[in-house]
Amino acid sequence: MNQLVNAILVFLLLTGFLLLASSRLAACIRAVAIQGILLGFLAITSQDGKLSVVGVLLPIISAAVKGFLLPWLLLRAMRDADTVREVEPLITYNLSVMTGAMALAVSLWLGQRLPLPNQPTSSLFVPTAFFTCMVGFVLLVTRRKAITQVLGYLTLENGVYAFGAAVALDMPVLVELGILLDVFVGVFVMGIAIFHISRQFDHIDTDRLVSLSDRVR
Amino acid sequence: MSSLFPLLMALALAPFIQGVINRTKAVVAGRVGQPLSQPYRDLVKLLRKGAVYSQTTTWIFRTGPVVGLASMICAAALLPFGAFPALASFAGDLVLLAYLLALARFFTVLAALDTGSSFEAMGASREVTFSALAEPALFLGLAALARQTGSLSLTPLLTTISPSTWMQAAPALGLTIGALVIVFLAENARIPVDDPTTHLELTMIHEVMVLDHSGPDFAMIQYAAALKMWLLGAIIVAIAIPWHSDNFLLDGGAAIFGMLALAVVTGIIESSMARLRLLRVTQLLIAAIVLSGLALALVQR
Repeated sequence: MNQLVNAILVFLLLTGFLLLASSRLAACIRAVAIQGILLGFLAITSQDGKLSVVGVLLPIISAAVKGFLLPWLLLRAMRDADTVREVEPLITYNLSVMTGAMALAVSLWLGQRLPLPNQPTSSLFVPTAFFTCMVGFVLLVTRRKAITQVLGYLTLENGVYAFGAAVALDMPVLVELGILLDVFVGVFVMGIAIFHISRQFDHIDTDRLVSLSDRVR
Repeated sequence: MSSLFPLLMALALAPFIQGVINRTKAVVAGRVGQPLSQPYRDLVKLLRKGAVYSQTTTWIFRTGPVVGLASMICAAALLPFGAFPALASFAGDLVLLAYLLALARFFTVLAALDTGSSFEAMGASREVTFSALAEPALFLGLAALARQTGSLSLTPLLTTISPSTWMQAAPALGLTIGALVIVFLAENARIPVDDPTTHLELTMIHEVMVLDHSGPDFAMIQYAAALKMWLLGAIIVAIAIPWHSDNFLLDGGAAIFGMLALAVVTGIIESSMARLRLLRVTQLLIAAIVLSGLALALVQR
């Protein structure tokens, strides 16, 4: 079981690096979708044999929403906004990947130092969760397109979910459903916002939004 | 006898692997393709020809192919094949292996610069850029293997990998194989990095450096290139096929089958992918470094 969990975690790490390295939005959206599905598997496999109906059903619902529904919404938003690539990120892709490598080193160090109430099934669990969060941060900070920023937000949420799967084995059902609903509504709203931004400006570069203001010039 | 086996296999079968790759590409493209022995025939043909030397070149130009071939043969003596131990083995020989590859590359680059052609210098510059990124990936991958198996010599390192090693550290070994395959393709100038069949100045890396060599010199370069492909391939195969029986025929057959399978996979990669833009190649190699670095981080825990 431990090897399976480890393999899933390594795939999670690799999708993180893929997100940092790829300039194609469709590839990034697919990477986040794969992350969502992997997290579903992870939540089921890391339960150490004490499977309950809710414990299986919730990960499946979450994998379905994150792996199929949200990517579908985002791919549609991408098509509506006529953008295929993230053209000019604030730092180059090579630099993003190296930032990712540093983030991985930091999260491996953090994973060793952090005292936890109950030991997760794999020693790689907490570092992967931290790394996924940090990838989300890097995407949010360094990318210009609205869609990539939404992806960054989703990745961040995936990291939090992974952390939850690692330590809080018995998270209340209502809380999990609530988070899932929040994410869904969030992405839904962002999809609409992306559509409106692209219709208003003919592109979805968010750094131009700075010039929007209520003040009269 | 069994310690001579890896070296003899490398010397005898290295060009055959290239023949298999060419045949695979031909079959995928729907052609009949060259005979599998074509690389050998090319070598014989080149050896019978005379060499032409430009008057601007010096002794460095003539030394390049000799040093290249010599260091490849030395490297082949260090590398085990399947379950068979290498001819020579001592602690730290994996560093020597990497630097023998680097030495061959250094002299090829010097010989290319010696011709005074800006065209060859461009190829040399590209070769050095990409190999500077491929080398850390190779080193980190070997370091991960060394850490996992607890030995610093190639023979125990590659021959002790067993199914139980895979049970313990499958993710790390898988990542190492991924990184080494990228290094294999980059170092041997295969497709996502360089196109071995093209002779267009904008695209090529390795081929452009050896344009001025002819006759026996070129034969040595071709043979050294085949050996290099065999060596890097043998590392990958040794990790990917961990089963060892004590039967000579079974072990030898499994290792040779692994090499042929690797050749077929390379042929399929070459047929199904386009060459990457030069800027993207660095990204691919950085990905290889990340993969093997991740493998090392995994076995450290």
